[in-house]
Amino acid sequence: MSMFEQLAKRDQVFEFLAPAASPVDVRHGPILYLEDVNVSFDGFKAINNLNLTIDDGELRCIIGPNGAGKTTMMDIITGKTRPDTGSVWFGSRHNLLTMTEPDIASLGIGRKFQKPTVFEALTVFENLELAMAADKRIFPTLTAIMKPEYRDRIDEVLEMIKLKTLRDKPAGILSHGQKQWLEIGMLLMQKPRLLLVDEPVAGMTEQEMERTAELLTSLAGKQSVVVVEHDMGFVRSIARQVTVLHQGSVLAEGTMDQVSNDPEVIKVYLGEEA
Amino acid sequence: MASSQTWLLRPLQERSTQIFLGVLFSALIVVTFLHLFMPQDSALHVSAYTVTLLGKYLCYALLAVAVDLVWGYLGILSLGHGAFFALGGYAMGMYLMRQIGDRGTYGDPVLPDFMVFLNWDSLPWYWQGFDMAWFAFIMVLLAPGLLALVFGFLAFRSRVTGVYLSIITQALTFALMLAFFRNEMGFGGNNGLTDFRDILGFNLRTDATRLGLFIATGIALAIGYIICRAIVTSKLGRVSIACRDAEARTRFLGYRVERVQLFVFVVSAMLAGVAGALYVPQVGIINPSEFSPLFSIEIVVWVALGGRATLYGAVIGAILVNYAKTVFTGVMPDAWLFALGALFVLVTVFLPKGIAGLLQKRKKAQDDDDPATAQEATA
Amino acid sequence: MGILRSLLSLRLASLLALLMAIAAPAFSQTEEDPGQALLANLADASPRQMDAAIEAIVNSGDPRARSWLDAFGNNRLSRNKDTGQVVVVLRNVGRDWTIADPLTGENLGEISRRELDRVNINNAIRGKLEGVLAMLDLYSTNPEIQRTAAEAMMGKVNETVIEPLNNLLAQDLPARVRDRLELAVAIYQLEQGDAQAKADAITTLTGSLHSRARAALNNAVAGDDPAIAASAKAALISIEQKLKMNRAAETLYFGLSLGSVLVLAAIGLAITFGVMGVINMAHGELIMLGAYTTWGMQQLLPGQPGLALILSIPAGFMVAALAGIAIERSVIQYLKGRPLETLLATFGISLILQQLVRTVISPLNRSVTTPEWMSGSLVINDALSLTLNRLYVIGFALVVFAGLMLIMRRTRLGLEVRAVTQNRAMARSMGIKATRVDIMTFALGSGVAGLAGVALSQITNVGPNLGQNYIIDSFMVVVFGGVGNLWGTLVAGLTLGTINQILEPWAGAVLAKIMVLVMIILFIQKRPRGLFPQKGRAAEG
Repeated sequence: MSMFEQLAKRDQVFEFLAPAASPVDVRHGPILYLEDVNVSFDGFKAINNLNLTIDDGELRCIIGPNGAGKTTMMDIITGKTRPDTGSVWFGSRHNLLTMTEPDIASLGIGRKFQKPTVFEALTVFENLELAMAADKRIFPTLTAIMKPEYRDRIDEVLEMIKLKTLRDKPAGILSHGQKQWLEIGMLLMQKPRLLLVDEPVAGMTEQEMERTAELLTSLAGKQSVVVVEHDMGFVRSIARQVTVLHQGSVLAEGTMDQVSNDPEVIKVYLGEEA
Repeated sequence: MASSQTWLLRPLQERSTQIFLGVLFSALIVVTFLHLFMPQDSALHVSAYTVTLLGKYLCYALLAVAVDLVWGYLGILSLGHGAFFALGGYAMGMYLMRQIGDRGTYGDPVLPDFMVFLNWDSLPWYWQGFDMAWFAFIMVLLAPGLLALVFGFLAFRSRVTGVYLSIITQALTFALMLAFFRNEMGFGGNNGLTDFRDILGFNLRTDATRLGLFIATGIALAIGYIICRAIVTSKLGRVSIACRDAEARTRFLGYRVERVQLFVFVVSAMLAGVAGALYVPQVGIINPSEFSPLFSIEIVVWVALGGRATLYGAVIGAILVNYAKTVFTGVMPDAWLFALGALFVLVTVFLPKGIAGLLQKRKKAQDDDDPATAQEATA
Repeated sequence: MGILRSLLSLRLASLLALLMAIAAPAFSQTEEDPGQALLANLADASPRQMDAAIEAIVNSGDPRARSWLDAFGNNRLSRNKDTGQVVVVLRNVGRDWTIADPLTGENLGEISRRELDRVNINNAIRGKLEGVLAMLDLYSTNPEIQRTAAEAMMGKVNETVIEPLNNLLAQDLPARVRDRLELAVAIYQLEQGDAQAKADAITTLTGSLHSRARAALNNAVAGDDPAIAASAKAALISIEQKLKMNRAAETLYFGLSLGSVLVLAAIGLAITFGVMGVINMAHGELIMLGAYTTWGMQQLLPGQPGLALILSIPAGFMVAALAGIAIERSVIQYLKGRPLETLLATFGISLILQQLVRTVISPLNRSVTTPEWMSGSLVINDALSLTLNRLYVIGFALVVFAGLMLIMRRTRLGLEVRAVTQNRAMARSMGIKATRVDIMTFALGSGVAGLAGVALSQITNVGPNLGQNYIIDSFMVVVFGGVGNLWGTLVAGLTLGTINQILEPWAGAVLAKIMVLVMIILFIQKRPRGLFPQKGRAAEG
């Protein structure tokens, strides 16, 4: 019925004719919405009634002690782990729990792993090429041709992540920090609506960290960014909104100052006595 | 259309493919020349026996290329590729069986000898159509392709990879071997299919047909090599390597890893089927021993010796090992399994990149000595 | 007929008294052994007089009567043409036959066969003789002989023995003997008796699992009397149900037996594959080494298969464990973290080991003797008997499993193994020598393979291909059960064994095996990590 009604409105671009690039419906505000999510591994509750909302264009930092469920949360959003109960929505149209990892990725959720994961046997350029937003089905991939505009786009990103000189070197020879950047670069190539970034500055020098902070803050607004990080200095430098996870659920949420003065958070971070 | 042509012909612009094809075709021409034009008593004469032996090696080489495609580039160690090889071989064997017609021992115009022997009164449904060459040749691709499709679909969908997949592929070929040993299967049981007469009207026992088959195998190897090369140099090839090295990452980039694996696996199985189909008329028999797990794992050691993820290494490995096997089994048959066993151990421990790895190392050393190329590389 | 009448006239008690009273020494004193006359009488008898002659022997109550009649039935009773003496032929091969005195049992040496004149017997007499002999045995005081005789009575009852049998049943008898004889009589009654007797017989036969009882009932179903046929049919149905249960029990037993073999073969693999992540394709050949150790031990201790087998348990463990250590040190340690290469290299080792056995020992199968206490079977009832060797293997598998569980759960080694499995770097930093743990684990897994070989030598042929036949199955068990889980291996092994045995009768051995393989492939679709998967982030790696 609704489809028929839509067809009748001739002044509108039909939904099924709209470009598939950005099908995410964020008219109602949040781009990511987790409600009452629970996961347990062999009786251990990794995620416990987790509720989390990320607004479109927001830069959110998530902190929490080890085992708070940060990585598991990312696994759930990207479809790697299925929760026992709860719901996870991307915009107001896409139920992520019914989708596979590649579907979620194609929808516009990019993820950087805790341990930098790049394709070591491929060159830096090829790593970015594979990440590039494109038709990723078998035959289009088989017959894909490197067009000049693709090359330009890759070079642009190479510039951003400062790996231009290493363009044709295998990614395996990069330093830890460079791999982190390459992975962030791959995220950028994907043109995602939402970036999930797990510990982006681990193993980086002070200078590299600054540059990463710059990069991530510049993304916010156009894209939504969720950063999981241990380095408090780094979090302070980029964070507007911080969520503290503890034992699989949200302990506190607010600005960095609010959160760091929260007695509950202090207790969790500094131990029971404090 | 233009793009599909480009991707398939792209390998022809590569230096390594040009060298490979050059060597292959020169070898074909030289062998043909020596066989046809050298007098029988000349030391340089290549006998029909040797031509067929070389043809057999080329079949193995194509099989090895197929295995290298999935193992080298996709990281899937298939211990069951012999099954695809054998299925292609059986499809060809069924065609050759039907070509015998009433010239068999029992003179039945339709039923192969073994069916008459088993008192079967009619041809099973799955033997229908194999009297037509085109049908049989399609089945050469379809039978292994379908098995790979179904098996791969089930395995990759549930993300069975690594050693699990290897063991399951081994179980697959083992199960098929047991099945084909049964007379009730209708594939000649223990003895398999044999006593072939002619192919496409040419008598299989004449030297000319043998030479023709040898050349056909060489061309099939060339085409198979180009197809594999085209895949691995395409973006899909790089995605395959991505799947091999970081499966989860590839998935999070939006690629359907299981489909990539399935596509490459099916292509590889079909190539193996073609190798089997060319093998059967040359050796004159196909029986369930081609399904044996030992044969499948032997293929892997050819590839390992030659060097994985190079394709040409697989060809070198297949020819070397099989030449060694021919020599050993002639001189001291008992020692062959010792040698093969030792080869498994030595290659994996001391030569993980195979012969191709050695070649590349030498080439690299040369390049480093050459300041011009060194500069070019850093530029 | 006459013979048995007279037998009947002899009451059991008096017969026994007679047997005891007339002891052999009594005869040796007398100048003329009465046996001599009895035998001469038998030898001289015309076919018509034969009955009477046999009757005389039986009635004499002579303890040697059985051996005489036995020899007579077997054509071994002959007469020396010269002396007229009746002799027993001990060996009737060649020109000269060995003979003995039937009275004293004394060996009389060899004599030309031409000198002997066989005491003739016709088939009618021989048939009767069987019944007579069986009856003689039933009176035996030796419970073993008595039981065997009762067993032999099944379906052999005819009009001649029925009366003495009924007579015997009136006496005090061991339960098993009574049970058998009642059945035997019932079978006869069902065939020959009047309507009432037939009805009674069916009541007796109901529930019996003996094949002859079923045959008799089947005949009765086909008989003229509709009432009898109906009740026989009912009895058959109840028997059929009981049989089904027994068949199910038997299938289960064979399944558990095959399953325990699979568990034995796979559990060592579960340790090396599951705990260390090492694919050892030479595992099957370690099993083979264990089996050959048993064979070698029996060669060293000829005539004492039992002792050799028991000694083989530690020896097989040691041989396989040492071979395992050699494999680990020479190859596997260099291939850490490269499971596919490990698979290939160990496959090479398996080829070498196989060929080594073929070259050094023989490409042919070697037979390993099963000690007496392991052969034979445990008879549960007429339809169900459990072969002892398989029963031992089941027990052995369970003991080995329990032992491994203890080692992994309760010992320092087990703790260290689990620590290294979970976090190698951390374990090392806590002072655990990871290399030593690797060696020990591998030795343990290999040693268990050796134990499997010792067990397998008792139920299958020992040959160079022994290991090959089990390696794929073993991997299937480990994959099915879930890697790194010993319980999973146990459950998976027993399950697969049982499923295989259930499928086998209607699918055939080969097809059953194929179906099991296909089933596992499909199963992995549903549960890629086996029956008992490891969960959590660690398992994702």
